[in-house]
Amino acid sequence: MTEPATTLDDNPVIARLREAFGDAIVETHAHRGDVTAVIAPDRYKEAIRLLKTDAELAFDFLTDLTAVDRLKLKKKPRFEVVVHLYSRKNNSRFRLKTRPANDREPEVDSIVDIIAGANWPEREVFDMFGITFTGHPNLKRILMYEEFVGHPLRKDYPVNKRQPLVPMREIPEDRPNIYSF
Amino acid sequence: MGVDSQGPGFFTSRLSDGIAWARKWSLFPYPFVTACCGMEYMSVASAHYDLDRFGAAWPRFTPRQADMLLVVGTISHKMAPVLKRVYDQMCEPKWVVAFGVCTCTGGFYDNYATVQGIDRVIPVDLYIPGCPPRPETVLDGLMKLQQRITESHHTLREDVRKPVVGGVNTT
Repeated sequence: MTEPATTLDDNPVIARLREAFGDAIVETHAHRGDVTAVIAPDRYKEAIRLLKTDAELAFDFLTDLTAVDRLKLKKKPRFEVVVHLYSRKNNSRFRLKTRPANDREPEVDSIVDIIAGANWPEREVFDMFGITFTGHPNLKRILMYEEFVGHPLRKDYPVNKRQPLVPMREIPEDRPNIYSF
Repeated sequence: MGVDSQGPGFFTSRLSDGIAWARKWSLFPYPFVTACCGMEYMSVASAHYDLDRFGAAWPRFTPRQADMLLVVGTISHKMAPVLKRVYDQMCEPKWVVAFGVCTCTGGFYDNYATVQGIDRVIPVDLYIPGCPPRPETVLDGLMKLQQRITESHHTLREDVRKPVVGGVNTT
């Protein structure tokens, strides 16, 4: 089977998005049937609304909302928010990405008022990557504790940094070497 | 009478042995189960391997009635204050069992979230490594703990914690 055309204009979802948003679609690609579009952050929320409410597309299920820190990939902009959608009507999946322009204080529109299930995933992305979702009803940490400083899944978070809540004891000298068994 | 100069007297040592015998056969576990090792704990506690043979079958779901804290599963830094508090609420004498490699050293979770061994938070008496440990390993560990209880000195009133294995006393 040959790879689908790189422009993906024959894909109905991409065609519909191009028709609606034109140049705001920054990039498209597909890999083994997984279709992806990257959209400018200012049109991101509109695109989600279109994908969900359009009677033909009907992407009514949010599979996942997550993010990527592309610091070590040396890509600009640094952050990328990834939304995985599923259409029960067409039994098809679609991936929409958006890249907030500001690397220091990345900011993306919240889609909670369109897809209520995005509430906790957006909180998780905020917790782990420090991406602010404007318009989110309750944007606070969900996994880490309130006292935690920084965002652990950012690539510049020190891998050995620990932020204990209780004082850490010294490792006991008589702790057995359990790996020697 | 010269008793003090000769170390523990006959009756004191008999008393200690008697208490040790009673304690080692009536360990009341508090299962602090946080992760997948819990399945293995259930296997050990259930009929096939049967912790009841060692008198440690009756989990008390309040730390105040337990004397063996079974920490079963990964402890995150968010969970550590809870574990510390549960430990502090237990009455003397008490023993702490680190069940599974995550509780022993953090296991392969060498990251921002995980405590690198619960002995960084509370003193540990028995380490049972394994991911998860097999029930036989757990029973072997339990028998070792019983052996240590037999060997340590017991009084009717435990005022100070005397760590059996695990290092510095923080309480």
